Amino acid sequence: MSIFIDKKTKLLVQGITGRDGSFHAAQMKKYGTNVVAGVTPGKGSTKVAGIPVFNTVQEAVEKTKANTSVIYVPPAFAVDAIYEAVAAGIKLVVCVTEGVPANDMMKVMPFVKEHGARLIGPNCPGLISPDKSKVGILPGNIVKKGNIGVISRSGTLTYEAIWALTFEGMGQTTCVGIGGDQVIGTNFIDCLEAFEADKSTKGIVMLGEIGGSDEEVAAKYIKKNLTKPVVSFIAGQAAPPGKRMGHAGAIVSGGSGTAKDKIEALTKAGVPVAGSPTEIPQLLKEAMKKARAKAAAKPGKKAATKKTVIRKTKAAPAKKTKPAGKTTARKRK
Amino acid sequence: MKVHEYQARQLFADHGIPVPEGETTDSYTEAFEIAERFNKPVMVKAQVLVGGRGKAGGVKYAENAEAARVLATNILGMDIKGETVRQVLISVAADILSESYVGIILDRVTQRPVFMVSSAGGVDIEEVAAKTPEKIHKLAVDPVVGLKPFQARNLAYKLFRDIGQVRQTADILMKLYDVFWNVDASLVEINPLITTPGGDVVAIDAKLNIDDNALFRRPRIAEMRDVEAEDPAEVKAREADLSFVKLDGSIGCIVNGAGLAMTTMDLVKRYGGDPANFLDIGGSSNPQKVVAAMDIILSDPNVRSILINIFGGITRCDDVANGIVEAFSQLKPSVPVVVRLTGTNEKQARKILSSVDLPSADTLDKVVKKAIELAGETA
Repeated sequence: MSIFIDKKTKLLVQGITGRDGSFHAAQMKKYGTNVVAGVTPGKGSTKVAGIPVFNTVQEAVEKTKANTSVIYVPPAFAVDAIYEAVAAGIKLVVCVTEGVPANDMMKVMPFVKEHGARLIGPNCPGLISPDKSKVGILPGNIVKKGNIGVISRSGTLTYEAIWALTFEGMGQTTCVGIGGDQVIGTNFIDCLEAFEADKSTKGIVMLGEIGGSDEEVAAKYIKKNLTKPVVSFIAGQAAPPGKRMGHAGAIVSGGSGTAKDKIEALTKAGVPVAGSPTEIPQLLKEAMKKARAKAAAKPGKKAATKKTVIRKTKAAPAKKTKPAGKTTARKRK
Repeated sequence: MKVHEYQARQLFADHGIPVPEGETTDSYTEAFEIAERFNKPVMVKAQVLVGGRGKAGGVKYAENAEAARVLATNILGMDIKGETVRQVLISVAADILSESYVGIILDRVTQRPVFMVSSAGGVDIEEVAAKTPEKIHKLAVDPVVGLKPFQARNLAYKLFRDIGQVRQTADILMKLYDVFWNVDASLVEINPLITTPGGDVVAIDAKLNIDDNALFRRPRIAEMRDVEAEDPAEVKAREADLSFVKLDGSIGCIVNGAGLAMTTMDLVKRYGGDPANFLDIGGSSNPQKVVAAMDIILSDPNVRSILINIFGGITRCDDVANGIVEAFSQLKPSVPVVVRLTGTNEKQARKILSSVDLPSADTLDKVVKKAIELAGETA
């Protein structure tokens, strides 16, 4: 399994006729993503890489039943593109665009939530569920299908970590880049929750960086709610305070948001923090081994899990009871 | 982007927030003239972008024009945390009865603009937040609904009991909220907001940070950028569309992506070196960016070696390789350069690079160690 995107993803590309949009639309299609439509106002009835282009998102959704959108439009128009996708009923919107004003993001977020939609980004590389679907700009050749979930605030650092995992034979369920801005649609906790509920995911890598307090908040959440092992890396230990390090959100201000604080919070929550991205696979292997040993050493817990499985088959119809039942069983240990 | 106090107070005044009369100058004779014209005691205030100027002696009270001249002479040219004072604000001194703090920050957790007000004004608010957080009152404003007058009044009542002062303060808070949105601020601050013996509420300092991402639609604000207060290398980098931060070490870093660029710096430190900079060449792979990056780094006399770390995704390694070859022929670097190129079009890149014969490494850790080793040899 995977989170957020899979074979059922029917993708629409906003800004498909632009330089980045057209290139990545073709790349995503080549990877196997079901790219059903593109949108550029004024370019309706044309095609890009064999993908039909529409003038409005609404029309594209009506004609193609697209359920996911990815945005490559310039920063001045990106927020409008988010409103347009959400208003048309799209439930997953991925905004790749970098340079979106934070104040606009504050205004669009309540709209996204009211419509029951999820926004990933902005300023993110998107996400990929290996062999199923890729939405965004992550290079498809570095991932491999497997049981590791990856969450990151960065782009190329994510590639580095994924590449290290793949090199060690540790494939991924889904890799999500949540973006490096101050106001983002999906945060660490949203992804952790989804990975915890995803049956195939057995271990999680969380890549953080300086700025804000998302890592600290996530650390608390992990300690309280997660049964699956999490390994982390925090970028920006050598960053000077008060300076923005490339990402709009990567800044230590007023003594808060330091790498040191984040590493401490994670360590305290029992999350191993790697000193280099290349150490992530080894740390994760150890953490997963420990988790397995812990599970094996507690037969009572295993029985409980089995019992839930049986109960679950009995109460078959409601699919949602699956993860819920499982969590209760695990919490009981 | 940060703007100077005199610029922020002008924007505040444009929105109707009461500020004392004041003028900015870069000469002590003019400082004298301005103070003489005001014919009142004045404050002479250093205009710098760094914080803590008061503690550094950059804000002084002058009884008369002659005192203003002497103080301006001392303050102009003063070094405050590495920034040279080139301008002073001469502002009519106010009689202060009480000092409060009011500010709005973009709060990442609630994803809302959050007001902070405190009757403990005039001091470092971060210190107040750390030591006596109960003295700070907060309000997260719904960005869609905006700030309502009753909310502004509620906040004002946290500071004052007198209805006249509450009304004046509520009005200032409403206007400050407008400033926040109208200039796309990530922070606006009045510290202190004072009361006078006559009962007036006045803003006698102004701080404003602007969201860089919004500057494209705020040309008037963008023009306020004080290029001279910035590191020349950082200005040059911005013009070349590179994300760059100058540091003190000896290992120059050229990386694609902010997260990886930070990580590369971290590893330089981890393996015993010191990074000379943070530099992200961005997502595109324009060879000219590599040339510009190399040029900026080479202009730093502390640099002993340069490491280039590229993880090709959208960035194509062959484009970067072409940039490196071009940079070598144009700039003829005097320090060793070590390269690691992985990902999209890696093989082609290697072929291109064979013409310059550079040391290379295949992993992140190795390239960092190699760069430190080479820096040691040239030191």
